[in-house]
Order: sequence, then C-alpha cells, then structure tokens
Amino acid sequence: MGKTIIEKIFQKHTKDEVSPGKTIWIDLDVRSARDFGGPNVVKHYEREYGDTPLENPEKTFFTFDLVAPPKNIKYAVNQSICRRFAKKYNIKVYDVDAGIGSHVLMEEGIIKPGVTAVGTDSHYNIVGAIGAFGQGMGDVDITFIFKTGKNWFEVPETVKINIKGKYEYPVTAKDVTLYILKEIKTSFALGRAIEFYGSAVENMKLYERITLCSMVTEMGGIVGFIPINKEVENEIKSFTGKNDFEVINSDTDAKYEKEITIDISGIKPQIAAPPHPHNVFNVDDLKGEKVDTIYIGSCTNGRTEDIETVAKILNGKKVKEGVILSIVPATKRVYRELLEKNILSQLFETGAIILNPSCAGCAEGHVGMTGEGDISLNTSNRNFPGKQGKGKTFLVSPAVAAASAITGEITSPELFM
Amino acid sequence: MKRETKIEGKIWCITDEKGNLIDDIDTDMIFHNSHLHITDINEMGKYAFGNLKGWEDFSKRAKKGDILVVGKNFGAGSSRQQAVDCFIALGISAILAKSFGAIYKRNCINSGLPILEYPEDVKIGDTGDKVLVDFKTGEIKNLTKNLFIHAKPFSKVQMEIYQAGNLFNFGKK
Repeated sequence: MGKTIIEKIFQKHTKDEVSPGKTIWIDLDVRSARDFGGPNVVKHYEREYGDTPLENPEKTFFTFDLVAPPKNIKYAVNQSICRRFAKKYNIKVYDVDAGIGSHVLMEEGIIKPGVTAVGTDSHYNIVGAIGAFGQGMGDVDITFIFKTGKNWFEVPETVKINIKGKYEYPVTAKDVTLYILKEIKTSFALGRAIEFYGSAVENMKLYERITLCSMVTEMGGIVGFIPINKEVENEIKSFTGKNDFEVINSDTDAKYEKEITIDISGIKPQIAAPPHPHNVFNVDDLKGEKVDTIYIGSCTNGRTEDIETVAKILNGKKVKEGVILSIVPATKRVYRELLEKNILSQLFETGAIILNPSCAGCAEGHVGMTGEGDISLNTSNRNFPGKQGKGKTFLVSPAVAAASAITGEITSPELFM
Repeated sequence: MKRETKIEGKIWCITDEKGNLIDDIDTDMIFHNSHLHITDINEMGKYAFGNLKGWEDFSKRAKKGDILVVGKNFGAGSSRQQAVDCFIALGISAILAKSFGAIYKRNCINSGLPILEYPEDVKIGDTGDKVLVDFKTGEIKNLTKNLFIHAKPFSKVQMEIYQAGNLFNFGKK
C-alpha cells in the first residue's frame, strides 16, 4: 500500500515498519536547542550523562533566537551556559546575530528536503515547507536525542486539505492560512500530519509555504507538507547552490485518514482576534479599530518578500504618529538581502524601527509587548491572552500590518492599491 | 520499584466562569513565557496556570496527589517542558484531557507524568470529587458520584517510560 509524505520520510529513517498508530524509533538527522530550552537541555545532559560524548556533535546545533541579544542577565547566563557546553562538545552555535534557528538551518542547507529535524521550538514543523520533517520538542526529548540520535514516535495519521480557488494580492498566503484555521480550527488536524493540495497552494513560493506550514502548529497538526515543484526546488537549491537532496512526495495510492475541501475563492484579507489564532474575521469587520503597536516578522512572516511587501505599501508614506512599528527580519541572510535592495533605508524613512534578526515579538522578546488597553497587530502566529502583555494581539498579514501602520487603525491594504 | 498503575485523588476541573471545561489551553496560560529562563523544577510550581483567567492562584490551592481534568487540545502551543514540570513540581498525579496538544503529550509521557484521554462527550465530575484512575485499563471511576468513564489506556511505550520514571531511565535500560 502507498504511503503519505511523513510515512515515507519516517520509513527512510527507521528499520521498523511504518504505519499510522504504530510506535517506531526514528533516526534524527538534525537536533537543535535554542536559548529557550537549551540551558535546560545542558542541565539534563550533565545530570543524566555526565561527561560522556554526544551521539553526533556534527548533527547537533544551538540557535540563539528567542531573546537575542540577551535583554537581561538571566538570558545572558542561559546563553553562556549553552556556549560553554557547545565548546566542550564541539557543537556549532548559531549565535544571537544569526536569526531564527529553523530558518537559519534551512538557509544553511542543514535542514533540507527529506530529512528529520527536531528542536526546542514549537514551530519547527515550519520545515515542512521544504519537504522536511520537523518537530518541536521539550527539553527532555531533545536531551535524549543529543545523547542517542533517535527517539520514539507514534506514526500519525495523515489528513488531506484540498484548497479550491485562487487568491491574489492584497490577499496573501497569511490570509489563506488564517482562513484555513477559521475553517478547521484545532480539531480536524490535531495530532495529525497534513498534506495540502490545490493549485493555489501548489503554486506558492517558498516564503508563502513557510507562512502556511508554520501555522500547522496552530491547527494542532504535527507537520504540514505541500507537493514541491521545480520552482521551489530551485529556491531551496539557491540557499547553498547545492543539489544534495531528494524531494519526497506522497504515493498516488497513499492512505489518508480523512480529507476536506476549503474554497478560498473571493476571500478578503483576514485577521485573527484574541483569544485564539482560529478566531478569524475579515479585516473589514474590525476596520477602524485604533492600533498602538505593530510587529512585522517572526518565523511566520519574516522573509525578504514579506518585508518587501511592507516597503511597497509604506513607500513615501509615514507611520502614523503614536504608533510603534517594529520590523524584524527572520535571519541575517534576509537582513542582508533587504540591505542590498535598499529596502531597510526606505523603511527607516517611514519611521519604522528595524531590529536585528530574531524571534523578537514572540514570547517575551524585545518588541511588540503591550500594556492594558493596547491593541497590537502581529504578523506572527499566536494571540493568546496575556502572551504579549495585558493588551490585545491580533494576527494579520504583512500587508494589513503595513496599511494599518499608515492609518493608525486596522486597515485593509486595498486602501493603498 | 514498580510505580502504581492505579491512583486515587481529588480532581480539579479547569473550567471557565460558566462552569465549562476550557478548551485550547495554551502553554502560555499554563507557564507564561516571562518565566522561561527558569531551569530549576522547584521554582516552577508557583507559576502553574499563572496566566489562565480565574486560575492564577492554582498553585496555592492544589495539593499533592490532586488530578487535573481538562478539555480539548490541552497544552497547545509552545514546546516548553516547564508547562509539564510545573505540575510535577506541585505533585499533580495525573492529567485527564479530552485531547492534548501533540508536543505537550510527548513532554508529559517523557517526564513520566500520567496522562489519559477520555471521550469528548463525557463528564468526569466536578472539582473536589474523588476519582480512581487505572492507567492499564483506562478506567476512571468517580467515587463521589459513582460514575464509570472509559478513557484510552496507557500505550505500551507510555507505560514503559512511566515505569522507568522518565525517558532518560527508559533509555538506559
């Protein structure tokens, strides 16, 4: 019988027979810990395994992206604990200058199509965008993998989501993603792998796939895949110039637990209001609501094209007085591309604050925090109450964020077309 | 030493102001990101549910051996182990959920914290009820109300890790 993408990737990494519901042991090609989770991993490792070596330091990484550079002594201490451990065991560190770990590891060609990768980041499944298996894990799991190189997995069922219809600007991949979340919430895909089909998603460029695949976490899914076409394959190759990977697509007779068709024809720009990422409305429904702070970036929307979209809308205009607009490129590579394209200087002139690559506004980062009564627009992926302070966080596309930065209220980018 | 596969304890039903179990409780509500720098488990208990409306003082009210009863997709969100460890620190003896977030589920199993999933359309009881939980059979008996609920029993790997204490000990066997 045929296999789905996750089943095929798993099968290449285990001697066990892969089928949904079975517990199998998988070899992990890439293992990483961040400045969050990382110090806990070090502590567990030293307690459980003492001075004994890691399974394979070359497959092991630290990526400091959560609070980078450290904004307080506690994070400085935690990062320094990880650095010392890394030095002792010869582990590569992508330090506080590098950017979001999952993105950096894709750009470096370390996470590539067909590999299995795990890290202390719940959006690690973002690497589904390049056809890799990624799973966020807690520090116990990651410590165990640092030592052994493998771990147990219960093979999940795979569900199929067919996207019917097309979208065009100002509707973006983020709006499509939020719309899917609105339709399936967290129950349809909970604990399952997702495969997305339909021309709208299959024609997505890599940065758009990153947006969709990152929010599989908010759909409750393990990981999401979109069949990889030649264009995306070339985009992946362009990171390193190497052609050292194999794209894995599903078998034609693969078995899916269930499928759903979602029609996106005619959808408008979308916005997720608190308390959940799946609490989604048309931007027009919340039009005019005053905005205090805007954060553009994160693993969901921090790519060069995302920020280019923002620059196009803001070009020659100013950020509304009293509104804080923070822009955070996902990685150093993105930052450099934006510098070379002169986009950062354009954005500087609009009054935007441009920060160094990191996870920034997600978790208790440097930007996007709110006080009571504040409204925050965020291009990231979570808006749970209290996460970023006592204010309210709404999730939007970079285009909606940029349009709203100009007016100072929730605004559809249609106004600036 | 074999760990108990049957436990008895008082339940806490994590409900909203209308008395309904809260679904989609995210790890930021269980253990807020402002405490992520903490690596000592003894420091974690006091922050449990610190960002969940109506439950901010849970750590002061919970007693060792208590059992949590929660709704769907419990522990959605972040991979932070602290969202599991904070309950271990308080001595919570099991979590009974309609369903768990995928990463959270792994984190519980690997830390040896007993978890069971029970059917969505079933009510286990009310806060303060005494229940008996059998990890082997998945049977939950509400001793206060004399109700029987059939949950999914421990999986094989879950039982092995639980009996070993945690994933580390399991791996050293």
